[in-house]
Amino acid sequence: MTAGQVDRDQRALDDREQKVLDRIDRARRRRPRVREERITMSHGAGGKATQTLIEAIFLDAFRNPVLEELEDAAQLRLGGSRLALTTDSYVVSPLFFPGGDIGDLAVNGTVNDLSMAGATPRYLTAGFILEEGFPVADLTRVTRSMRDAAAAAGVSVVTGDTKVVQKGKADGCYINTAGVGLIERDVALGVATARPGDAVIVSGPIGDHGITIMLARGELDIEADVHSDTAPLNGLAAALLDAVPSTRAMRDATRGGVATILNEIARAAGAGVIAVEDDIPVRAEVRGACELLGIDPMYVACEGRLVAVVPGADSGRALSALRAHPLGQRAAVIGQVTAEQPGIVQLRTAFGGTRIVDLLVGDPLPRIC
Amino acid sequence: MRFVDEFRDADKAHALAARIAALCEPGRQYKFMEVCGGHTHTIYKHGLEDYLPESITLVHGPGCPVCVIPMGRVDDAIHLAAQPDVIMTSFGDMMRVPGSNGSFFDAKARGTDIRMVYSPLDSLKIARQNPDKRVVFMAIGFETTAPSTAMTVLRAAAEGLENFSVFCNHVTIVPAIKAILDSPDLRLDGFIGPGHVSTVIGCRPYEFIARDYGKPVVVAGFEPLDILGSIYMLMLQLSQGRCEVENQYSRVVPWDGNPVALAAIGKTMELRPYFEWRGLGFISHSALRVRENYAAFDAELSFQVPGVRVADPKACQCGEVLKGVLKPWECKVFGTACTPETPIGTCMVSPEGACAAYYNYGRLSRHRVAEAAHVGRS
Repeated sequence: MTAGQVDRDQRALDDREQKVLDRIDRARRRRPRVREERITMSHGAGGKATQTLIEAIFLDAFRNPVLEELEDAAQLRLGGSRLALTTDSYVVSPLFFPGGDIGDLAVNGTVNDLSMAGATPRYLTAGFILEEGFPVADLTRVTRSMRDAAAAAGVSVVTGDTKVVQKGKADGCYINTAGVGLIERDVALGVATARPGDAVIVSGPIGDHGITIMLARGELDIEADVHSDTAPLNGLAAALLDAVPSTRAMRDATRGGVATILNEIARAAGAGVIAVEDDIPVRAEVRGACELLGIDPMYVACEGRLVAVVPGADSGRALSALRAHPLGQRAAVIGQVTAEQPGIVQLRTAFGGTRIVDLLVGDPLPRIC
Repeated sequence: MRFVDEFRDADKAHALAARIAALCEPGRQYKFMEVCGGHTHTIYKHGLEDYLPESITLVHGPGCPVCVIPMGRVDDAIHLAAQPDVIMTSFGDMMRVPGSNGSFFDAKARGTDIRMVYSPLDSLKIARQNPDKRVVFMAIGFETTAPSTAMTVLRAAAEGLENFSVFCNHVTIVPAIKAILDSPDLRLDGFIGPGHVSTVIGCRPYEFIARDYGKPVVVAGFEPLDILGSIYMLMLQLSQGRCEVENQYSRVVPWDGNPVALAAIGKTMELRPYFEWRGLGFISHSALRVRENYAAFDAELSFQVPGVRVADPKACQCGEVLKGVLKPWECKVFGTACTPETPIGTCMVSPEGACAAYYNYGRLSRHRVAEAAHVGRS
């Protein structure tokens, strides 16, 4: 075989591979369908199954232009005001963990969803589902955390609801919060507005919350000095919008982690995203735990980190603004939006290779060998 | 993180890649099989193929423990799990492996008590905590995980636990490699030997590959530089006309393996006459079962196991992929009917399966990757 022949064979192979890749791309754009007969844990894990469930069941039933944006908070016009409205339920286990508990999580999570829409969070609701036998002392502790978190974020809990279910029908305490905020700035944030050349920024080290929870469950016999990063992001988001009004989008990286957000950007904007592994801040303890567990920190949840998309030319100003805030000291540009490979997130690995970062399928399952 | 970072150094990788490229004879194609799914995962996760010249192809082998489990065994396990008072325990990787009527996850959603554990010792703990239940551990994996199952059986015996048993699906790597070497439709130039398995069995069991089949073997570690280093060692052997078993992973793998682990396996388990492998069919003396003197801990004896035999779905070409005859994307259903969310074949389930690794990480055409290379590195 001559070298020329080898080249031609290689090209033919590449072309065939490309055809298969294009076919897959078309298959992925088809309307999602829930194939399972019953809900599995994957449907709640924040990855592909969650996305399919939302699009095939909820969006299908409730379809309207506001919902179709699929942003963290709905952006509404009401009586001359622009409002952001959001809701979130909290079922974390254990209820108390290093760095926080279900109470501050329930307040911060909703505050953050509002903040990502460029809104100033104002009022929250709180709904409690309590299991028969749940210690009142724990409920008091959770409620105090909520009170303190609300004070820190400058929001008030203005209405609520309580339900108690029989022992065994819930796991201690579940909380739902909804929140409303005022969008006073002249911004229209949304990941669909991202365009090639934009910079992607993360506000600090990723994965702290998810790893803290996994270790706090005590199933792994791993000890590490990690704390949840749960924090209200309204101040940080406002600082960014003040400095860079041209900011295109913000998302807080919760379930599914930063990887999921990058995919949401790529998908909504019809662009590619290239992230650089070396530039993504991850604490050594979190990286160590991820290595041991065989999981990728990019998929691990944060509760106090935002991912922002800003025009490339403004990335310096955005970084300075974030780093000047106590919650953004380790902010970093982690990648850019590109016209290449629309819909796909690529990672330039620390090793120097390139790979895809896709939506997570199911729970982050530990590998066995 | 020094312990991993020094094995992921991009500068060293560039230097090694140049030395590999220099050893390539013009016009010659090289095909190396990485036997172990852990290697496949590393190759894709770090984008290692970007460092290889086009004339070197990596073929993904059968060493992914969940990928070789036939559907019938999954059905048997779900049947076991559905028996009264049974708690089935399993590694996470196994949870999504499809049987003919869904996976463990689906069975769990139907109300069957299936719990994910990180170690068989966790199953033992569940057994102690639930004396009125019968706890079964779904044991899977090669010689890598067999010792921990063996130690668990020994401990259960020492404690006199009566409500714990093992559904043993442990397989052995050498017969699978032999089946691949005997398969007529595959031509390989060498093997990247499985590192984790070799920590237990050592390097000697591979000597027949060099001696009888004339293929070099380099046992490799799991960091990207380990794999690149082992490819360099294979290329060096070929260029020097040598054919040997070499150990790149000597920092972990002793030449003679781990006698304590081997003894624990030998004490509690014995070879089955034959066992069905997904895609590869029945292979004789290729799997382990619980020994008679530990029969009390053998779920296949404590329960009526239907012993279902389910043919692989017609469209599924896992067998060809496991043997390395087809690249994942060459399978008829790859990426369209068979995806990580709705896997038809097992290769699409585990992150170590060739198809899942390619789908999740590698679904980029190589010539387009070049365009991404400059970002962040300029």
